[in-house]
Amino acid sequence: MTLQNRRILINKTVMVLSTAAAIGGIIFLFWILAVLLFKGFAALNFDIFMYDMAPPGREPSGLRNALVGQLMLVVGASAIGVPAGVLAGTYLSEYGGKKSRLARFIRDISDIMMSTPSIVIGAFVYAVLVAPFGHFSGWAGIAALAIMMIPIVLRTTDDMLQLVPGSLREAAIALGAPKYKVIIQVVYRGAKTGMLTGILLSIARIAGETAPLLFTSFSNNFYSTDLNQPIASLTVTMYNYATSPYEEWIDQGWAAALILALFVLGANIIGRIIIRKREGEH
Amino acid sequence: MNRTMDILFHNITRFFALFVLIVLIALFFVLFSEAKPAIDAFGLQFVTNSKWAPNMDIFGGYPAIYGSIVSTVIAMIIATPVAVGIAIFLSELAPPWLAATVGMAIELLAAIPSIIYGMWGLFYLAPLLRDIWGGNGLGLATAGVVLSIMILPFMAAITRDAMKTTPSILKESAYGMGATRWEVLKDVVIPYVKSGIIGSIILALGRAIGETMAVTFVMGNAHKIPNSIFKPATSIPVTLANEFTEADTDLYYSSLFYLALILLIISFTVIAIAKFWFLRNLQEQKI
Repeated sequence: MTLQNRRILINKTVMVLSTAAAIGGIIFLFWILAVLLFKGFAALNFDIFMYDMAPPGREPSGLRNALVGQLMLVVGASAIGVPAGVLAGTYLSEYGGKKSRLARFIRDISDIMMSTPSIVIGAFVYAVLVAPFGHFSGWAGIAALAIMMIPIVLRTTDDMLQLVPGSLREAAIALGAPKYKVIIQVVYRGAKTGMLTGILLSIARIAGETAPLLFTSFSNNFYSTDLNQPIASLTVTMYNYATSPYEEWIDQGWAAALILALFVLGANIIGRIIIRKREGEH
Repeated sequence: MNRTMDILFHNITRFFALFVLIVLIALFFVLFSEAKPAIDAFGLQFVTNSKWAPNMDIFGGYPAIYGSIVSTVIAMIIATPVAVGIAIFLSELAPPWLAATVGMAIELLAAIPSIIYGMWGLFYLAPLLRDIWGGNGLGLATAGVVLSIMILPFMAAITRDAMKTTPSILKESAYGMGATRWEVLKDVVIPYVKSGIIGSIILALGRAIGETMAVTFVMGNAHKIPNSIFKPATSIPVTLANEFTEADTDLYYSSLFYLALILLIISFTVIAIAKFWFLRNLQEQKI
């Protein structure tokens, strides 16, 4: 075999292998997606949204309390995590800048916090907010999710604010505006779309978290909006239902999985559309 | 008035920036103080002791640590070549429309909550592997496969992003010299983005080792060192998820925090290595 033929052969082999890897990986991923859609839609009905969780065999049963609980947890965590993350990101970008050692250090810390195992955060919140009070609570779940959310919002805010051209800030300062007004009225406005996208993605990210809720907000079989009590969530319900021996609970678990996935994917798709639109404008 | 507001705003933002640091310090401090009784009772031997007997108040973390490491290694062995293959396919082979579509699909799949991968593993993969490998289908091997599929989209997406940073002029010069695609990859692209790819792999590893929901269902939850990777085992996150609410003695409770502390230290180290060693010079990866 000539050298050239050999080179071409090796090249073809590698290209075939990587195409096969891509096809193989994608088949598995689509298998999961297909199972999710198939099982989820088969189990989805109006009862899911109308009725609360019930013991197996009892009709009608649904996931209303888990949906409401999930919503409260995510909204609560966002109400704390978004402002805290945005303000912290503002400090890094506007007061810290690229050179400040404190700002760089906090950036690194947030990157590490973002990848901290979520179950460890759950254990931490358990020790701080559950054990001393003697009972699980919705607030503890909110705290756990907010802790996961802050570093994500912080990093996107920081990145997005740094994209705002310095000349805009200088122009506003030259007009005599105090710095906080420059930030709120000029810098935030310039970075609005990017920040919104980042916030949307961070909400989607924490909405799918189960591990930090297992021993913070725990679960509740009944309809409850009291955040001082354990509260049901879609994710923990999925965990409990999937490990149960009851056919109808398992099916409802898939319905919960589908609802959750549609929410998370929807938020991601909307985020991408916003980014694309903005890129189109420039 | 404006001056007061300025100082106030500055300090509020600084407070929240420092808050992240405070949380991290509190995280280490609280885990350590909750784990203190177990640390006093078992010391560092906790890490090598493989006996976990809550009824006798004897706790050893070795089976959980072993399970975490082995399942993650299995996941990395499967996922790394496939993810690099997908990245090569997307960045070098696929026509732009296909690369965009598949790339988008992969990024979206990376956002799917991990518990869904876990449910799929329990109801579809475990029965399949049971038929192939025997046993009950639960164990380190199954957990490793589920983990590998879970981290695949994330790993493929960031590896592709890393590969894209190669300046096209470098690749074009190599093609101009008559190099094949593989030669361009091997001698130009991979050397150029090597540290980025290794960093992405380690970052994915950090994610896999702390993952709870994808593996709790399929690990089998047995507190011993299995004599085969097809037998039930456990890992640190799985032990925490299953036993945290059952811990009835102080030492039991404290031992679980000891495990959590060990997991935090492992993942902290892994991620710090990925970030500071390999990804320093690379553009920040969006997660």
